[in-house]
Formats: sequence, C-alpha cells, structure tokens
Amino acid sequence: MSLPFLLEIGTEEIPDWMIPHALETLRDLFERLAIPHESVRLDATPRRLVLRAEGLPERLADTEERILGPAKSAPAQAVAGFARKHGVTPQDLSIESTPKGEYYSFLKKVEGRHSRDILSESLPGLILQIYFPKTMFWTVKGGPRFIRPIRWLVALLGNDIVPFELAGVRSGALTSGHRRLGSREIAVTTADYEHRLRDHYVILSAAERRKKISDELAGVRVKPDAALLETLVYLTEYPTPITGSFDAPFLELPQEVLITVMRHHQKYFSVEDADGKLAAQFVAVMNIPGDPEGFVRRGNERVLRARFNDARFFWETDQKKKLADRKQDLAHITLPKLGSYLEKAGRTVALVKELGGDAHAVRAAELAKCDLTTELVKEFTELQGVVGGLYARAQGEPEPVWEAIYDHYKPESMDDSIPRHLTGQIVALADKIDTLRGCFRVGLIPTGSSDPFALRRAAQGVVKILVEGGIPAPLRTFLGGDIKLEEFVLDRIRYYFKDIRGFRYDEINAVLASGWDNLVDVEERLTAIQAVRPTENFEPLAASFKRIRNILRQAQFAGGGSIDATLFEAGPEVDLYHDFERVRKAAAAQAYQPALETIASLRPKVDLFFDKVLVNAPDPRIRENRLTLLSTLLAEFSTIADFSEIVTNS
Amino acid sequence: MQSFQDIIFRLKQYWAERGCIIQEPYDVEVGAGTMCPETFLRVLGPQPYRVAYVQPSRRPADGRYGDNPNRLFKHSQLQVILKPSPDDVIEQYLSSLEAIGIDLRKHDIKFEEDNWEAPTLGAWGIGWQVMLDGLEITQFTYFQQCGGIALDVVPAELTYGLERLTAFLQVRDSVYDIEWTKGFTYRDVRYLDELQYSVYNFEMADIPTLWKLFELHEAEAARLLAAYDPKSPDKARFPLLPAYDQVLKCSNLFNTLDARGTISVSERQAVIQRVRKLAVGVAEAWNDQQQPVAQEVAQ
Repeated sequence: MSLPFLLEIGTEEIPDWMIPHALETLRDLFERLAIPHESVRLDATPRRLVLRAEGLPERLADTEERILGPAKSAPAQAVAGFARKHGVTPQDLSIESTPKGEYYSFLKKVEGRHSRDILSESLPGLILQIYFPKTMFWTVKGGPRFIRPIRWLVALLGNDIVPFELAGVRSGALTSGHRRLGSREIAVTTADYEHRLRDHYVILSAAERRKKISDELAGVRVKPDAALLETLVYLTEYPTPITGSFDAPFLELPQEVLITVMRHHQKYFSVEDADGKLAAQFVAVMNIPGDPEGFVRRGNERVLRARFNDARFFWETDQKKKLADRKQDLAHITLPKLGSYLEKAGRTVALVKELGGDAHAVRAAELAKCDLTTELVKEFTELQGVVGGLYARAQGEPEPVWEAIYDHYKPESMDDSIPRHLTGQIVALADKIDTLRGCFRVGLIPTGSSDPFALRRAAQGVVKILVEGGIPAPLRTFLGGDIKLEEFVLDRIRYYFKDIRGFRYDEINAVLASGWDNLVDVEERLTAIQAVRPTENFEPLAASFKRIRNILRQAQFAGGGSIDATLFEAGPEVDLYHDFERVRKAAAAQAYQPALETIASLRPKVDLFFDKVLVNAPDPRIRENRLTLLSTLLAEFSTIADFSEIVTNS
Repeated sequence: MQSFQDIIFRLKQYWAERGCIIQEPYDVEVGAGTMCPETFLRVLGPQPYRVAYVQPSRRPADGRYGDNPNRLFKHSQLQVILKPSPDDVIEQYLSSLEAIGIDLRKHDIKFEEDNWEAPTLGAWGIGWQVMLDGLEITQFTYFQQCGGIALDVVPAELTYGLERLTAFLQVRDSVYDIEWTKGFTYRDVRYLDELQYSVYNFEMADIPTLWKLFELHEAEAARLLAAYDPKSPDKARFPLLPAYDQVLKCSNLFNTLDARGTISVSERQAVIQRVRKLAVGVAEAWNDQQQPVAQEVAQ
C-alpha cells in the first residue's frame, strides 16, 4: 500500500533568510532515510517547516543477506553449530565459492521494516540536524538546539501518527493557524492539511504568497526588488500589501537616503511616478488580510515620518562641517591592528598617484572616508561612500571628485557595476588594494567562510575594475610581492574569468601561466584562445606542445644553447625550422588572434617532424640541436598562452 | 484614551496576574533594564523567577536636548523576566498587547530576527524585535549567556519601549506630546531631564573627573571581588550586590565618556573589557554564592 507522509515542524518565528536553505537540508536528510517514495515537496512559513511525500510503502521490501559460515573443510560439528545459530539445519546450507575458497553459507531473509518505525526512530535526530547558521537552546543548558523553539510537531503517515518526542513536544495531528486570525489547535489529515491551514489564514506555499503580493501590487509602480520580496514572503503567513504615502517635501532629501530608510529599516518597497522618479509613496506588506480602517497604513506612515525627520536632522547637522574639515577626525577612527583611517587615507592617496590618478582622483581619495564621521553614516552605515559623495556634491566639489567618492565602494558584488568613470575606478582600486595589503601584512587572512574584512569582495572588485575598466596597471607590482596575497588574488582572477565570464578552466590556466600582471592583456589573450580553439589545427598543435614539453622534461633539457642550422637534416627537420622562422616573424607583428592562427599553421610541420625525425639521435650534437629547436619553439610560442595546459582529446 | 501611566498599570497588572513579582525601578543608574540585578543576577542558576518592573534607562549618547521627537536620553522600559520561559510565552506576550487595547486582528505584528548582545555584561541572547505596524515596540530575547556564563535555564526577557508604545496608542508624533496623566504631558514631566542631562553629558561633564570616578568605582568593585572567598562558611553575607552597584557605576560613566566622543575605537574596546571583567567576576561569584559551601570545607 502506498501512503502519503506529512511532517510539520512548528516553531516560533524563524529568520526569513535561513528558511530556503533549511528546507534543502531537510530534503537531503529525508532522502538519506532511503524510504522509497514517489515525490517530495517542501514548504515553509516563518512558523513551520513542512515536508510532504507521496507513495511511501507501509513496509519496505524484504531483502536477502548471504551469511558465510565455516569453510567447506570444517568439522561437521562446526557446521551444525552455524546452522543452529541461524535456526536452520545443515541441509538448508549451501556452498559458496569465494576467492578465498569454498564456504558453507546461508541465505538470510531480512524482513522489510515498517516505514512508520523508521520515521518514528529517525525523525527526532533528523529534525535537529537541519542546518541553521546560528542555533539556540530554549529549555535547559545542554538541551536540544534549534533555530527557534519547537512548539508543535505534526507527523502523519497515511492516517496514522508517527509517534516521537522532541524537546518535550509529542508528535500528533494538530497544527496551528495564524497567530491571531487562526485557531491554536487544528486537527489535520494528510489530505486536508493545506486547506485547513488556509482556512486559518496561513498560505503554506511561498510561491503562492509571492504571487499574492505581486498580484495585489498590479497597478502600483513599485521599484522592483526581488530580495525584499523574498524577505517578505518568508516573514509572513498571509501577506497583503498596502500603499501609504509621506509628505512631498521629504523628497528634497537625497533619494538614496529615502530608499535606504524604506528598504533597509522598514522593509518597504519604494514607488516611482510615471517619469520613473521617486514618488511620495511606499508599499508595506502586512501579515493580515486587510486594513479596512487604515490602522496599519497610518501606523506605518507615522513611523516613516519619524525616520525621515531623523534623516533630515542628520543631513542638516552634517552640513555644518564640511567633509574637507573632517579629515583630522579620521585620526580617531581606528581599526584593530590596521591603524587609523587618516593613515589609510594617506596610503590610498599614494596608491592613487602610483596608479596614475589625476588631481581629481587624489582629492577624492583624501575625502573618501570622511563621511565615516557624519551622523548620517553612523545611522545608516550601508550608505557609506554614497553619503560622502552627496555631501561633496552639496559642498561644491567637482563632479569627477564627488562621483568618485560616491562610487568608491563599488562593485559591492559581482552583479554590481564598477565605478562610472576612470577617476572613481582608480580611487576604488587604491582603496581596495590598500585594504588587501594591510590585512595580509598583519595576518588578517580569510579562512573558510570567515572573512570579516570582506577581502574576497575587495579582491574581486580589483579584478572586475581592472578588466572592465580596461586599466592595464601592473597588478602584481601593486600586490607588493606578498605570495599569499598573490595566490588569493589569482583565485579571484580564475573565479572571475571562469564563473562570471564563462571561459574554460584550461584556457584560463594556459593564459595565466604566461603571465597575469596585466589583466586587460589576460582578457585579450583569453578571447583570442577562445576564438582560435575550434579551428582544426589548434588542439592538435596544443597536444604536440604537450609532447614537446614531456620530451624536454624526460631529457632533463635545460635549454639555453643556440640553434645550429647546419646540423639539421634535409626534409621534415629543416622544413620545421624554416617554417618556425617564418611563423615567428609573422606572429610577432600580429594581434593575438591572427598570431595564434599563424602559430597553429605550424601544425603539419610539427606532426611530420615527430613522424619522421628521431629526437634522440645517436650523435649527441644532433640530439642537443634538436632539443634546442624544440625548446626554442616552445618558449617562443608560450608568450600568449602555455598551450600545454590546454586539455585535448587527442 | 489610556495615559502613559494607565498603560504601565495595566501591563504590571497583566504580568502580576501571571505570577510575576512587581518590582520598582532599581536605584542605581543603568543603560537598560537588563542591567538591574533583578535580571542580571536572577537569570543565573537554576531557580525559577518571574519579575516585572519599569526601569528608567539612561543612554547619554541618545540625548537630544529635548529637541528630537523620538530620541531620549532617558526612556522607560518595562522589563519582564520569565524563568523558565513558558511554552506559550509569545502567546502571553501578544495577550499583554491586547490587554492595553491593541486589537491584533487589525494590526500588523511581525517578529524580525534580532539577536541581542551586551558586551559589557558578557551577555547575549537569541530573539526578535517585535514590529507593530512598522514600529519596533519590544525586544524579545531568549537569554543564552549572562556574565559570560551559559545559563542553566533559559529565561525569556521582554523589554517594552513604553514611550513608543504610548505614542502609538495615543497617536502622537512626538514623545513629548503624550499624556502622562490627565493634565500632564510627557514634556511637563521629563523635558528638563532631557535638556539638562544633554547639556551636562555633551558640554559640561568634566572628563578627567569622570575618568577618576570610573577608576574609583572600578577599584572598589575589584577590591571586593578579590576578597570573595568561595570556601568561607560566611560567604552568604558577602556583599556581592554592593560590588555589582560599583560595576553599574562604571558602565554608566563609560557611556557618558563615550557620548563625549573622547574614547577612541581601540581604547573603547579596552574599556568595555575592563567593565566586562568585573561583571563576569560578579556573576561567577554570585553563582557560587547560591551554592551551599562544599561539605568538606564546612566541616
């Protein structure tokens, strides 16, 4: 018989951002029980994690296990003893041949266990294994740990309760509805579970909650914000959006500030007018079906008004002291082991100059961190940089300067854009390179998932800015010869070109092996390789290069000598030499892609050489000369990429 | 309309009916209700405890001379400790809001992740900020650690922001306009506190004097802690409560100095550690004091 299974872990409110991952681990843990089933479905609200599966057997299939007994040569007594132990007679035993010899054996029938028993036994441990980044205990010290207290458990297999107990809670068939609109105890079956919840103002499916919010927002010009939508979906059991408004004069404050207050502090969507400009409206998402009397809307409007008033107060207070007059205050802001921000500003200015930054870039680097002393940034730390840029603009700094300050934390992620112009790019580079060098120097190196100074993001930013900004700066020189830092940045370079740009890993290895000081050049070489790779000669040539490398390695050939053309034999050897000379001259004058094509045209001659010529000639002078030819060829054509890194089928 | 004090009366009554001792505010200046011995010391050890009290809480850095409608140097917290936390603790909390007239079927309540931490107390917990129509009205915490000690029994701590809650219920945009009781606004009662403490904290407090006071209180706490003897048969009479008052004094002086911006970031960390060390010392000694003296020593 095929049975449906329902598990609901009823909890107090789980942090929204942890829920999707928790469901994935719940799925994996369930699959690991290896109970056959036709389908699994996972759902969650802030107060429940739910796994439903269809088609579980009442009992698992019987299995057979072959148990080896005494050797065939064993005395009859031992054989009888073995048979007796398993409740059979020696006649029931058979003889099994194994690599070690022949043995008496017995086919034991193992009765399939009841699914309910397996579940009942495994669920308590399984639930506690669901992964959460931070857990708590809520009974006594040493008690069970979970993300938040578990308050009820529904576990049904078909019509039966799967009995177990966890943290003093017994599993049953009673769920719980919306905190104020539903009942506290609702009897459910596997069939009516989702409907019963809906009757009690819980929409179980996240997709449905998402759709409810989106549908009810139709007609409102909401600034799209997928991450905020996801937060709200997992922060509510019965979401309903409402639109509120604020006083138009607040629109005189910078948009960035208004949006941050709405988005980060109040979890509101912002609204645009027909021209795409910020409107004096917002959308909040409630956890109840309606607000007919306007209580919720007015409450949220008042909170927002107070927040905006605060922001205005900070904005006006901060204007009383110019950014430029705040430089000395940076001496008081220090980071453990890394010194003050005043010192950092000094180093950043020096780096900006080394990177060839102009006077605007130098000015921006001087002022970039001054906003850390403002009230507005103390209140809204996520606006660092942006606020500095806005103040610099208000205080009459030239456009390239204020824009560079505004942008200098960019890119904040791989999806974020780089600073909008070269001045900002140089300042952002200098800031990040200084952070990387400083942290690595004092040993603040990221390990595993711990990266408190966001150094991966900084290094990723450096790579992205250099490549996408087309800045041919010598990166390795700027890393100051720190081997660990070089490896760290190389990892980020590989990640960028592979995962973000889609180059193949062997192409990346080939190109990086020929140098990575200039990332603009790296990108050009990669693009050339990618273009030439599908042509008929390229991969075979790469395979030949690998062969050359192996020959040289086996011969332990150090190279260094010069080619003696008089020692070449007529035929394939001289032909290869002449073609090599031709290709060398041609490729040197060409851009990467045609140069690669030219090099690839060498292939027939290389093939013929390996076909007809014995490198290990008996005459040591000839042998030496042949190895010199090959090593020269390899060195000469490895400046674009080390072809032997290319993985080929041949 | 319910006045500020009506709301306080009703909440106290509500929690009294649920078995809480109703305490009066602690008489040493604190930054939060958590710091009072009724919370800080009572959450330690296995003994059950239930208490509720209103605690005026001083935050020197938040003073705004009485000008800002939402920010106060001294605000009033209703602090509730339920140890152990009952299974229906959230239900009880929501009903307390209904007891002061909030119809939760018509308002939007959300529990947003917010894990509370007090580094100077070596204390932290897991919980939420409770949002009512977008306004944070309560901090709800399951204490995990206090005075650096993992707790034997997990208490629930509810901290209601009484001014905000009242402004919400009375529909006032400014805290100063809320009605304390008929004929008196919050401004009438508290404005001078806000103005004068802002002037003192930001302009007139003598920094060397404050540092001197800090060091005196620190030394007195340290002296007492050094004298505590866990093996003494008389240990129950040892003055740990007075020692803890000295720690509270240090904490408030630190907050005042911090508000002046005279403590650099690295120095700040060091001072926090100094206060924390004392708080942890008191907590450990207190935990020990609750245990009977070990047999072999007593005999």
